[in-house]
Amino acid sequence: MEGIYFDNNATTRVDPAVVEAMLPYFTEQFGNPSSMHSFGNKVGLAIKKARMQVQELLGAEHDSEIIFTSCGTESDSTALISALKAQPERKEIITTTVEHPAILTLCTWLEKDGYKVHLLKVDGKGRLDMAEYKKLLTDQVAVVSVMWANNETGTFFPVVEMAELANAAGAMFHTDAVQAVGKVPLNLKDTKIDMLSVSGHKLHAPKGIGVLYLKRGTRFRPLLRGGHQERGRRAGTENTTSIVGLGKAAEMAMEAMHHENTEVARLRDKLEAGILAKVPRSFVTGDPSNRLPNTSNIAFEFIEGEAILLLLNKFGIAASSGSACTSGSLEPSHVMRAMGIPYTAAHGTVRFSLSRYSTEAEVDRVIAVVPEIIAQLRKLSPYWEGDGPAAEPEKAFAPTYA
Amino acid sequence: MWDYSDKVKEHFFEPRNAGVLEGANGVGDVGSISCGDALRLMLKVEPETDIILDAHFQTFGCGSAIASSSALTEMIKGKTLDEALKVSNQDIADYLDGLPPEKMHCSVMGREALQAAVANYRGEEWSDDHEEGALVCKCFAIDAVMIEDTIRANNLSSVQDVTNYTKAGGGCSSCHEGIEEILVKVMSERGESFNPGAQPKEEAPKGGMTNLQRIKKIEAVLESVRPQLKRDGGDIELLDVDGKTIYVSMTGACAGCQMEALTLQGIQQKLMEELKEFIKIVPTKAGALSRASCQP
Ligand SMILES: Cc1ncc(COP(=O)(O)O)c(C=O)c1O
Ligand code: FES
Repeated sequence: MEGIYFDNNATTRVDPAVVEAMLPYFTEQFGNPSSMHSFGNKVGLAIKKARMQVQELLGAEHDSEIIFTSCGTESDSTALISALKAQPERKEIITTTVEHPAILTLCTWLEKDGYKVHLLKVDGKGRLDMAEYKKLLTDQVAVVSVMWANNETGTFFPVVEMAELANAAGAMFHTDAVQAVGKVPLNLKDTKIDMLSVSGHKLHAPKGIGVLYLKRGTRFRPLLRGGHQERGRRAGTENTTSIVGLGKAAEMAMEAMHHENTEVARLRDKLEAGILAKVPRSFVTGDPSNRLPNTSNIAFEFIEGEAILLLLNKFGIAASSGSACTSGSLEPSHVMRAMGIPYTAAHGTVRFSLSRYSTEAEVDRVIAVVPEIIAQLRKLSPYWEGDGPAAEPEKAFAPTYA
Repeated sequence: MWDYSDKVKEHFFEPRNAGVLEGANGVGDVGSISCGDALRLMLKVEPETDIILDAHFQTFGCGSAIASSSALTEMIKGKTLDEALKVSNQDIADYLDGLPPEKMHCSVMGREALQAAVANYRGEEWSDDHEEGALVCKCFAIDAVMIEDTIRANNLSSVQDVTNYTKAGGGCSSCHEGIEEILVKVMSERGESFNPGAQPKEEAPKGGMTNLQRIKKIEAVLESVRPQLKRDGGDIELLDVDGKTIYVSMTGACAGCQMEALTLQGIQQKLMEELKEFIKIVPTKAGALSRASCQP
């Protein structure tokens, strides 16, 4: 049996049509788009086409608002550092506790240079407190960076509304939309979003290609300086093959947008309901009524996520977990902790993320396998007794050193 | 995905001695639920002989935590309590053909559960001085707490010092930024500021050994692993000692086989424990060296 890949928020398979579009640019069309001769010329045209395909997917007003970068992380770093460099009098950043490390680790590092970073808290369902946000929006804030959709739970943040507020306060607004692009319809020309990050490998394009959307007129200071590529805003010879691939992938994502939000969402809902119905002491994390159509994050209490993944893997099922062990850190996912999920559940969270390639048969198979796996691990758990948790589980087992 | 040995996988997929042990007379609960690893070890001890008749476990934890628990119960069954207490965390890791550096704490937890269960059987109070920090150096599995404590206790002020005292930073060097951050923090507590150009302290504490004593110690360690190598049809020989680099030649079935890097890593670990200094073991054949010293 082929494996069941339900880890599309981590990365996606490159669509065969994307590969096909890319191939000529490794061989016949290998030229440098900056060159004067005809080897380069065609490549330049292909990049122009890709830029328009991405523009279309983002609903951007101009194709010159699309800057190709090397990944989502580069786009995030470029956006934040540019905003700080362009407005040296403003020393504060607003972001959230549940951002991707591409933002959070960068902010921790910027703090050492004297910037003040405000982290917006979330509630039990991963939602922001708008009153807190409004209070923090002062004329000291250089940039607000809030993700469009959370990579672990899929929960959306109200970025369009938050961008309006930032704009009114004179602050720039950036959103890490790495998980949203290709899964939800976007129309950036009608928003006040100044900057937005995209990563190709989340929408069936290759790894190592990204986009920074930069609204015309937004003050900008490049991170990589050198040649005049990308109008001097991102120096370095273009990754032509991947840019062509991302263009094709953007076009295909547009075509699949309806499917993604109906059929993929239906499969996700079926998977989730099927698991919850059969596994006691399990629950969905995040905000189920306001999230990506492909993502379901389920906490299985009293067991640990890495162990679940290893057993799933044995059945050919790929997913991911917020447990500490899967990342080699000492704490479970910061997203789960920020939502106040107790440790006994946070370590046992599993994220299933589907794609347009997911099938009904795969969903049925996972629904059939998961309950066995959970039961098997609970048999080993000191918090579990027979068919249910030990009476007062936290007292029944209270290990030394917490 | 972690690079687990077949032995770890085997003990995870088919754990031995899992579940409640009826009639247990020694129980140890250790671990930390915030870190996501906790273990209950249950022993049935024969009072007249102190022999462990049976051992079971229940574990909340990852693949290697479950495998380490399973391995531990297998290792201690049939032993007397005093014999069992000699099982070190390195023994547990060795029994499983090694654990990834991020997972060494799983074997430590097994060892501590054993101490706790024995104390419980003997009616003693077991207190633990275990404090675990975030893993800083992956090459040598050294965490932040260990580095911080060592800097404080020895008044260290350079990355080289930290490497000399804890080994952290002595491999691929990717963790030097992390070590510098800890230095900045601890040094500011004692009113100093970190200076990247500072001279390291004198050489690492060598326990005042002469060269001859050192070489004898090295020989003794190699001697102690030789029977095991011979059983697998191989051998090891000391060729030269040049400061912190120890050159050896591997012969027989072990040489070049996949296990070589693993074996060398184990021997290197033992040597470092014995000599109390950071050393690097280098096989004379090219190739195995990089694998043995550092896997970032
Ligand atoms: C929300 C979010 N931001 C940023 C990234 C990083 O993207 P990349 O891997 O292209 O650098 C990811 C991918 O893991 C992500 O999920
Ligand atoms: S991680 Fe510390 S030396 Fe390699």
